[in-house]
Amino acid sequence: MKLDSLYSRKVGLSLFALLLLVGFGFVIARSGPLAPTKVTTTRVEAGKVSPALFGIGTVEARRSYFIGPTVAGRVQAVHVDVGEQVKAGQLLAEIDPVDLDERLRALDAAHARAASAVAAAKASRTDAVAKKALAELNARRYRELGEKRFVSASAVESKQQELSSAQAAVEASNANLQGAQQEVVRLRADQDGLRQQKDNLRLLAPHDGVVISRDAEAGSTVVAGQAIVRLIEPDSLWLKVRLDQGRSRGLAVGQSAAIVLRSNSSTQLPGKVVRIEPLSDSVTEERITLVAFEQIPAGLTIGEMAEVTVQTAAGQSGLTVPNAAIKQTPQGAAVWKLEDGRPILVAVKLGSASLDGFVQLVAGLASGDEIIVHSERELSEGGHVKIVEQLAGPKK
Amino acid sequence: MISLAGRDILQSWSKFVLTGIGLGLLIGVTLTMAGVYRGMVDDAKVLLNNSGADLWVVQQDTQGPYAESSSLRDDVYRALLGLPGVARAANVTYLTMQVRQGDTDVRAMVVGFEPGQPGEPGYLVAGRHITRNHYEAVADIKTGFQLGDTIRIRRHDYHVVGLTRRMVSSGGDPMVFIPLKDAQEAQFLKDNDAILNERARTAANPSLNRAGVPGLLEAIQSSQNANRNVNAVLVQIAPGATAEAVAQEVRRWKHLQAFTRVQMEEILIAKLIATSARQIGMFLVILAVVSAAIVAFIIYTMTLGKIREIAVLKLIGTRNRTIASMILQQALGLGFIGFLVGKTAATVWAPFFPKFVLLESGDTMRGFVAVMAICALASTLAIRAALRVDPATAIGG
Repeated sequence: MKLDSLYSRKVGLSLFALLLLVGFGFVIARSGPLAPTKVTTTRVEAGKVSPALFGIGTVEARRSYFIGPTVAGRVQAVHVDVGEQVKAGQLLAEIDPVDLDERLRALDAAHARAASAVAAAKASRTDAVAKKALAELNARRYRELGEKRFVSASAVESKQQELSSAQAAVEASNANLQGAQQEVVRLRADQDGLRQQKDNLRLLAPHDGVVISRDAEAGSTVVAGQAIVRLIEPDSLWLKVRLDQGRSRGLAVGQSAAIVLRSNSSTQLPGKVVRIEPLSDSVTEERITLVAFEQIPAGLTIGEMAEVTVQTAAGQSGLTVPNAAIKQTPQGAAVWKLEDGRPILVAVKLGSASLDGFVQLVAGLASGDEIIVHSERELSEGGHVKIVEQLAGPKK
Repeated sequence: MISLAGRDILQSWSKFVLTGIGLGLLIGVTLTMAGVYRGMVDDAKVLLNNSGADLWVVQQDTQGPYAESSSLRDDVYRALLGLPGVARAANVTYLTMQVRQGDTDVRAMVVGFEPGQPGEPGYLVAGRHITRNHYEAVADIKTGFQLGDTIRIRRHDYHVVGLTRRMVSSGGDPMVFIPLKDAQEAQFLKDNDAILNERARTAANPSLNRAGVPGLLEAIQSSQNANRNVNAVLVQIAPGATAEAVAQEVRRWKHLQAFTRVQMEEILIAKLIATSARQIGMFLVILAVVSAAIVAFIIYTMTLGKIREIAVLKLIGTRNRTIASMILQQALGLGFIGFLVGKTAATVWAPFFPKFVLLESGDTMRGFVAVMAICALASTLAIRAALRVDPATAIGG
């Protein structure tokens, strides 16, 4: 009895000691400096990388019109409102003509007076012509009489002089008439000019379009060039997209793009790169690209944000590595390669990358090499690693 | 020769084991407290390691970006890249804020970084790095976000494409990495209401909204909404150059503050977490003293409980040395069990702490030595009591 209980106690105590030691050993092996770093690995394989660019754009109109006066003035009326469709030539707004009408009336009167002056000049010319005809008769008669010595030479010369004067009077009245007629032309031109000025105060639509803003109301004063109404051509809406310079390699006109509007984030709309601005933004280090819709969606608003993915090249085959495996060092990109179960850092040369996280491998590794993708902490050359299926997230 | 200590333990092994476990839990708490302190320091250090920088360039006369706020123009990095000895330089922003996911929100440090540059998370535990330059995020696993989750930072939704581990701020908040441009927006752009109010305020200012100057108001408003600031520039030093030399150059000619790794560590540990670390340290000291006292008392009372048996031993002529070594062996055994239980318990419960608990092996070794020393010391008290026992008490009662 006594021996038995002693024996069972011995067994119990050694069991406890064993349990404690196993637990402690487990703890030491699983944590601390002796524990292996858990990693997930993959093999370098041939795959397809379809390089693409992602950028943010806003909807803009390719052609927009700022309708405003050419001189400063006060707005008399605005005839259209925001959202209205307008036709080319439609009256959009009018500027107060101030005294233009009065000046036009004055010119009308001046024109009438000039017409009267023409009539007067014509009459005085007729009179001069008649006087000249008489002077010619007289001069001829006195010349004949003078030749027959019936009158004195001085009388003949006097009649001759009268003829010259009459001729001069005719020329003078001709010139008068011409002057009066030119005055009429001048006044008519003045009238036309003033009328055009008046027309210029009527602001017309230069093109079919939609009014997007009404910036001034009747009674407000605007300066030359200030917009009263803004028009856009709704069929010229496109996207101004900003793409990171650092990744914009391969971007070209004509590449297809997928557009996701913020108002409809579940639908992808097809589009196309239609222009790459030759000037890129040096401050934000972005390239500016214009992407047109294949078909402009209904209800599109200017200034709406859109996410644009441009397919910069067709799928390229070759060795690929996931970008989670790449480690950037001051010497360039590198990858942790598993050699005999130990990680070593191998410098690699990378090509184009796709948006789904795969990067083309140009040099550094061979097909079938095992590389480390994820690791639970920073790896060290030749460190102890343990390969697991996955490190985080729900079990597959 | 039979082991007296072993025999005695066998006699009342359940009491011995339970005392050992109780002692072990106390030691576990002490080790954990040391782990909490080490964890705080480690949080600060991993912050520096993860940034991958050799040099932090921040606003002049500040100790940013972690200890103080710092604001730089984001084109400064170009000037820095031109300096000799600089291999890579990249902008980075830090902002601690609430990141929303559905109805809940998580406190996180949002880091704006440039992909492929210093500041990028060095390793992932799942998913991939950011490939789009907007609206993708890599989150620390401590945030609780999963791959494919949509999280909201200020005005935009971000897709979680990758997960990291141990990417925390010096305060222990998990990090969320987003592209720099988005982070600049998130940091300096306000919510819609604030923007509208700001616009109205500007429009109400007669000197900024003048009738004769069309377009002035729009120009001012668009300039108010643009942001070209970052918090710091992370610099990696070219092989062969020294960080201090480059830092001197930056301080002298670029009129910016530059900190090397050593200085940054000094700022973080000596300044940023100094008070809370001292708080924990104080608590740790008290806990260690209390633990030592409790161990001493346990061994003492254990010996006093056996005083009659010791008297009998003395009566039958057992040498003092044998009795002393029995008590010492028991004390050391108790300490050893306590240490094993404590270390195991601390390791088991450490991951459940909301902030990182770092159980250093150096601390463990020191803890082991301390436990053994305290046990040995405490047993001298008990031994003294045991040796003073009059053998007569065995029969006298």
